[in-house]
Amino acid sequence: MKRAEQALGTEYRDGETIVRQGETGDCMYVIQSGRVEVLQSTANGSQHLAFLEAGDFFGEMALFERECRSATVQAKGAARILRVDKKTLLRRLSEDPLLAVNLLKTMSHRIRKLNRGLAS
Amino acid sequence: MSVSPHRTVADSLSFVDRDEGSLALQDGSRIAVIGGGPAGSFFAFFLLKMAAAIDLAIEVDIYEPRSFGCGGPASCNHCGGIVSESLVQILAAEGINLPPAIIRRGIDSYVVHTDIGEVAISSPARERRIAALYRAGGPRGVADYARAGFDDFLQQMTVERGARVVRRHVTDIRRGADQSEVLTSDGRVEPYDLVAVATGVNSNLVSTLGGASNETPQPHTTRTFICEFRSTEDDIAGRLGDAMHVFLLPIPRLEFAAIIPKNEFATVVLLGEELDQDLVQRFLEDPAVRRCLPTTKLPCVCSCSPLINTGRRGRPYADRLVFIGDSGTTRLYKDGIGAAYRTSKAAATTAIFQGISATDFGRHYWPTCRSIERDNAIGKWLFAGAGLVKGSRVSRRALVRMARREQERGKNNGPMSSMLWNMFTGSAPYREILREAARPGFVGNLFVNLAAGCRATEWERRLS
Repeated sequence: MKRAEQALGTEYRDGETIVRQGETGDCMYVIQSGRVEVLQSTANGSQHLAFLEAGDFFGEMALFERECRSATVQAKGAARILRVDKKTLLRRLSEDPLLAVNLLKTMSHRIRKLNRGLAS
Repeated sequence: MSVSPHRTVADSLSFVDRDEGSLALQDGSRIAVIGGGPAGSFFAFFLLKMAAAIDLAIEVDIYEPRSFGCGGPASCNHCGGIVSESLVQILAAEGINLPPAIIRRGIDSYVVHTDIGEVAISSPARERRIAALYRAGGPRGVADYARAGFDDFLQQMTVERGARVVRRHVTDIRRGADQSEVLTSDGRVEPYDLVAVATGVNSNLVSTLGGASNETPQPHTTRTFICEFRSTEDDIAGRLGDAMHVFLLPIPRLEFAAIIPKNEFATVVLLGEELDQDLVQRFLEDPAVRRCLPTTKLPCVCSCSPLINTGRRGRPYADRLVFIGDSGTTRLYKDGIGAAYRTSKAAATTAIFQGISATDFGRHYWPTCRSIERDNAIGKWLFAGAGLVKGSRVSRRALVRMARREQERGKNNGPMSSMLWNMFTGSAPYREILREAARPGFVGNLFVNLAAGCRATEWERRLS
């Protein structure tokens, strides 16, 4: 039996905005269940960038730089999202730099995907 | 393989470095992990993950005679069953997300109960980020034995990475010049290049490892009391909500007490000096406890008095041998699973990237243990301070008043709320809590509230 009170994080409804482009952030997000859509606002409206699934994370750039959120993320159907605080993560990273490997892997994968997109 | 002459584990635990870090894992190395709880599983998981990352082919055997896939005392790991807010987040960043199937309740707040009132403190993020769970299938009489517990979840994760679970009881570890041997109760002897001891402090193995010399690194321990009250899910949810309930009561010898909701059960955890039946009974019959949970009316289906680690005596490593989790070093009273994660990962990182000699563990694993122990020294002072607050009605009033005012103003990160949250959840190191408490603004505010606390509250007047 799966009940909401047995899951961690915050439940978002379909279409609900989790992070908004241009806002400042002090956390990253890990998808516990469901799916989200990453959108970027351009002069011509919203442009779809990616869908992310359970286990994926987003908003990690806010942990390492003080820039605003670079994209908007919305729930696609019901989604449960866990926030990871910058302070908690950086405190742990100071003890265990290997924790960054998982983040770097995903970021590297995203750069590779971006390069492929640019090349095509 | 015969490995002789044998040194006892105690012999090898002297602080003298026996080599200059010449021992290292190689392709084909075999590693034994004694104990399949969180420390053992985290160690095996990170060892295999890091070995795969550098193309090192190793074999990892986890010795655990119990199966955690069932309920009741046989599989129980005698634990309050809380995964702290910080550990939930760090595990998520590691890519380890706790599935709802193993979580009995997501906790988003704490309620501090005292004899002069109570105050609810919400999570700073206003999110369910603390997991209340059972390490195995659950207590005696649990409705769904088929549900996995936390330890089973972690063990499956290590098996998927390539670890082998050996369902045999380890009776001794013999260390030789080139390899160590693991002896099991069925008479078998298996050679290993590295042995990690993760049995906790409730196993006889740690105390028997050193033989008669009494120089084992067995930690100092104290007894806790854990019991499970059973009702219906709706009743427990209605009474306790999504909160963990902690009690600051003027009961001598009682250091810490909490009630944790888990489906149809409520777990009661008591920590203190020389816990005995009288103290337990006095707590359960306290009016503040009975207002929260009618402990005298609900059936207590399961109880135990496990030991917890309260400090080390020696260094938890030697050549080809490392003690992790509760067997080695853990946090004082809080976040034992978080400490198991930290020590296990530090030991695994050392074994893969540095070596497996006492020198290697001393240089690269010991700093993590020492950092935890230094923080525990501060924690002891903080718990002594909490003891003073518990013993003084004026202090209890000041604490409740300060925290209540912060919560009424919507300041979840107010200094008193933040201090109580971090103290009870184990989310931050004790040194950080002390730093917060030493700020002039906090101290000044505390004195104002202590002065105000000289007068009885409306709650007390109503109760009297």
